[in-house]
Amino acid sequence: MSSGSIVTGVLAPHPPHLIYAENPEQNEPQAECGWEGLRWGYERLRRNLSKKDFDVLVVYSPHWATMVGTHFLGVPHFKSVSVDPIFPNLFRFHYELDVDVELSQAIHDEAASQGMVTKMMTNPDFRVDYGTIISCHLSHPAWDKPIVAISSNRAARMFNNDYMQVNAIKLGQATRKAIEKSGKRAILLASNSLSHRHFVTEPPLPEDMSKEHISHHGQYLWDMRMLELMRAGRSKEMLDILPDFTEQTVAETDSGALSWLMSAMDYPDYAAEVHAYGTVIGTGNAVVEWDAQSQGVTP
Amino acid sequence: MSHVAGGWLVPGMPHPLMCPERNAGWNKIRQAFDQARKEIEQSDADLLVIYSTFWPSIIGHQIQALAEPKWTHVDEEWHELGSIDYEFKIDAHFAESIRAACQKRGLHARTVAYQGFPIDTGSIVALKLLNPDNKIPAVILSSNVYSDRAETIVFGKACHDAVKEEGRKAVGIAVSALSNRLFTEIVADDQDHIHSLKDDEWNQKYLEFLNLGRLEDVSQLSRQFHREARVHKVSNFKPFWWLSAFMGQHNRYQGKTLAYEPIYGTGAAVVGLWPAESAARDLEYDENDPEQYEGDRNVLSSSQQNSDFGGPDVADGYPNGKDGI
Repeated sequence: MSSGSIVTGVLAPHPPHLIYAENPEQNEPQAECGWEGLRWGYERLRRNLSKKDFDVLVVYSPHWATMVGTHFLGVPHFKSVSVDPIFPNLFRFHYELDVDVELSQAIHDEAASQGMVTKMMTNPDFRVDYGTIISCHLSHPAWDKPIVAISSNRAARMFNNDYMQVNAIKLGQATRKAIEKSGKRAILLASNSLSHRHFVTEPPLPEDMSKEHISHHGQYLWDMRMLELMRAGRSKEMLDILPDFTEQTVAETDSGALSWLMSAMDYPDYAAEVHAYGTVIGTGNAVVEWDAQSQGVTP
Repeated sequence: MSHVAGGWLVPGMPHPLMCPERNAGWNKIRQAFDQARKEIEQSDADLLVIYSTFWPSIIGHQIQALAEPKWTHVDEEWHELGSIDYEFKIDAHFAESIRAACQKRGLHARTVAYQGFPIDTGSIVALKLLNPDNKIPAVILSSNVYSDRAETIVFGKACHDAVKEEGRKAVGIAVSALSNRLFTEIVADDQDHIHSLKDDEWNQKYLEFLNLGRLEDVSQLSRQFHREARVHKVSNFKPFWWLSAFMGQHNRYQGKTLAYEPIYGTGAAVVGLWPAESAARDLEYDENDPEQYEGDRNVLSSSQQNSDFGGPDVADGYPNGKDGI
């Protein structure tokens, strides 16, 4: 069987603020508003995804950071509460989710066969990271599809961002091959912000939007350059400058998530749809979709 | 009377807690933890103040303030080692005292008291091994990823202020590796070693200073150590800035390394520091000794420009040239 495909790929950032402002019943804290631009972008994404037939969400998260290889969730079901260690005042989310362990194992095996260091996470007490949870919830809040969660290998910290990119590209290829072999239709989520310089203080009312802006104009210029390339379908060029972008803006692309996504989608040469761009506590965030199906790239 | 009974450096990797039997070095670290526990108990300390480099924060400095946190923890990297059940006794009142002391010194700090908050592996390892029966109440402090020397030193001083004001007898514990270069491939337990000779040499040099009780000298060498022996995950190597500031910024200590061993390539050491009558010699220092945190200088734009472009102003105390970026 080799009819599996990547239906859509999404840059799906995970600021907990968006969940906080959305007030889903799973989250303990409640907000009165906030970050509507990004939240409405996620709404547009969800409308698109609701028209698609898919089997699984595959998410790559910076907040499951591993140094010894890439890890994959290998337990079929998780139920717990996720408390954000940075913003516990905003995100205390009760989650229950299913994992497609079969596909998870298949991606693991494919990556291992390419010489990558890999590990299956089989401890049932493990707490799923908040990046995974937030990106999945904002993209598909029904939680009626299983997920595959992939850790972010941070070995690049010992080398440089080019090293990160080489490995993420390899993992993307392995992900694509495993999905194709599985016969499943997958939606891929790269769970990362763009520029990632935070403010180090928080206003008394976190959702006070009069305090929200990009941390620095230089960050904004870089973010716009990246989005411009995405919108023009110039993903290879975007990847060429991504290590520099990452360094200049301390971008969360250091996780490898965006590089992985582009590689898994075989470097889209069609225009991405930017559903939204906005800042969260000074960082640059964009909800961006590469709709491979509507482009006729995948069935 | 000194309000700080002593100070410790301990590693935060879970191996000495979870599987000491699998490697002779990990077992030595475990035994050193056991010895440290006894020495802390004998000190009559009534408070443990833990600064964990395994707990990064962004919004200022976070202080654990849930009186009885309880959870089953699994490390995100070493999940195959098993689950760690914990139940700790946190001094919530003192956590609030630290927050107030931070505020007085210009620092942004807050307490966190939420059931299910993910206490970091390093703090869990330290508390499970140094204070297994919760005999001594503890507080846990985060390590802000953006803070540098001045802010970290002021943070240490603020914690000392709180100890003094409350009349407590505290032990400071910095949870950190020395060199932090992990192997990035799977290494057999019996093949563990310090990642490189250079890392090992720098670790040994640091330990030599610590064994002489030269805590402030070690603090002053933090930038150098960061350049030479640390993977640059955060802005700088901060635990000794905090620990020395917390303990009084001098060299009047007796130091003892109870163990120094590799844990998956990193330099893991258990080192105790106790007040002494006389000081080892000092280095000469040319850096400021800040008493108050006044924020980062904004070298990217002037306050005038901030104002011109509609940026937040100084008066509202929110991101600007001083306490924003």
